[in-house]
Amino acid sequence: MSVRHALLALLSEEPKYGLKLRQEFEAQTGEVWPLNVGQVYTTLQRLERDGLIESDDAGEDERQKTFRITSGGEAELANWLRTPPDLSLPPRDELVIKILVALHLPGVNVHDVIQLHRRYVVELMQQWTRLKEEEADSDLGFALAVDAELFRLDSVVRWLDTADGRLKRASAEPPTETSSPRPRLRRRVGINR
Amino acid sequence: MSFLELRNVSKAYGTGSAEVHALANIDLSVDRGALVAVMGPSGSGKSTLLTIAGTLEEPTDGEVTIGGSAVGTMSRNEKARLRRRTIGYVFQDFNLLPGLTAAENVSLPLELDGMRTRRAHAAGMAALEELGIGDRATHYPDELSGGERQRVAIARAVVGERHLLLADEPSGALDSANGEAVMRTILAACHRGVAAVVVTHDAQLASWADRVVFLRDGHVVDQTMPPQSTESLLTPGQSQ
Repeated sequence: MSVRHALLALLSEEPKYGLKLRQEFEAQTGEVWPLNVGQVYTTLQRLERDGLIESDDAGEDERQKTFRITSGGEAELANWLRTPPDLSLPPRDELVIKILVALHLPGVNVHDVIQLHRRYVVELMQQWTRLKEEEADSDLGFALAVDAELFRLDSVVRWLDTADGRLKRASAEPPTETSSPRPRLRRRVGINR
Repeated sequence: MSFLELRNVSKAYGTGSAEVHALANIDLSVDRGALVAVMGPSGSGKSTLLTIAGTLEEPTDGEVTIGGSAVGTMSRNEKARLRRRTIGYVFQDFNLLPGLTAAENVSLPLELDGMRTRRAHAAGMAALEELGIGDRATHYPDELSGGERQRVAIARAVVGERHLLLADEPSGALDSANGEAVMRTILAACHRGVAAVVVTHDAQLASWADRVVFLRDGHVVDQTMPPQSTESLLTPGQSQ
């Protein structure tokens, strides 16, 4: 999510001061994503420069300015909401690379490495779940943000479980010549760099 | 002493070359009020661990202690009484009796143990109400949603003075919202002093536990550390 578009969304409700924008941003993201004041004002200046918002030109302190969204800003916001984020390219996942490296290092038990990471991720999930247990009932935005984080971490554990099982099966089978992934795929997952 | 203790528990099936070690040297302690999750892939020994903890199977080696009493020295009748009075089981497919209402399903174990119907029914109602489903008491299982059925099964598992709850993949085929409700219900039972063990392969369910124990090929290979402060999750600097 971009801070830019979040601020446009807040301004589409009504004109607001910078400080109020910061407070509302944090409240709506369940305080999972804190902002500093500097980030808010820098982003507001850029939005104004691009004609997506305007301020009353009182020439006063930035903190006193009221910002409002322009029609260009409304169009930008509508377009952003409906544009799918780029999920097509696999990110260079550091964890995947660590497991691939562990696989080929002599004296390293890849299952131990997998378990170490699995435990770390489950401990992180326990912390998020504890937050959800304590606070999410009263805050819908917070619950949604925590759910997203839990599903993301859950997918990491599932991958580790799958990798563990795949490696166990592979070690039980007679070794065969490993076929290399296609160079293009190899490049995309960031292995061959 | 913890309410449930497994000390050096092993379980083997078959003999000679056909011997299979389902569990090896398991140590596990669960205090009253604690929720422990056991995570592991299929075939790791999770369900065997649960049936041994629940006295449904005997270990080949080692000792199980429940509420301070060693299970190994008990007679069959004593074990049966322990199961009726102290241990509650929750299964993936609920195992409710279709001809009985929610309240009757919950009070049945108490009646089988000799409690008078009226008293058993009152205890059953109290368990249902504590778990937030008192308004479904007169409904039959086929009139309840999957999530409601599992909460009735949990009420049945903790009704009366049962202090040990053993759950095998309790969210089964439920969706994630109902899975969360099931874990909240089990946690509520723990807050009232129940010791609970949940076996699951699902990290989201396991993350409700105070401690997660990882099982692999019949061995405990690892467990989570006591939960850290959640402050670190909400520190500034995550913005982009």
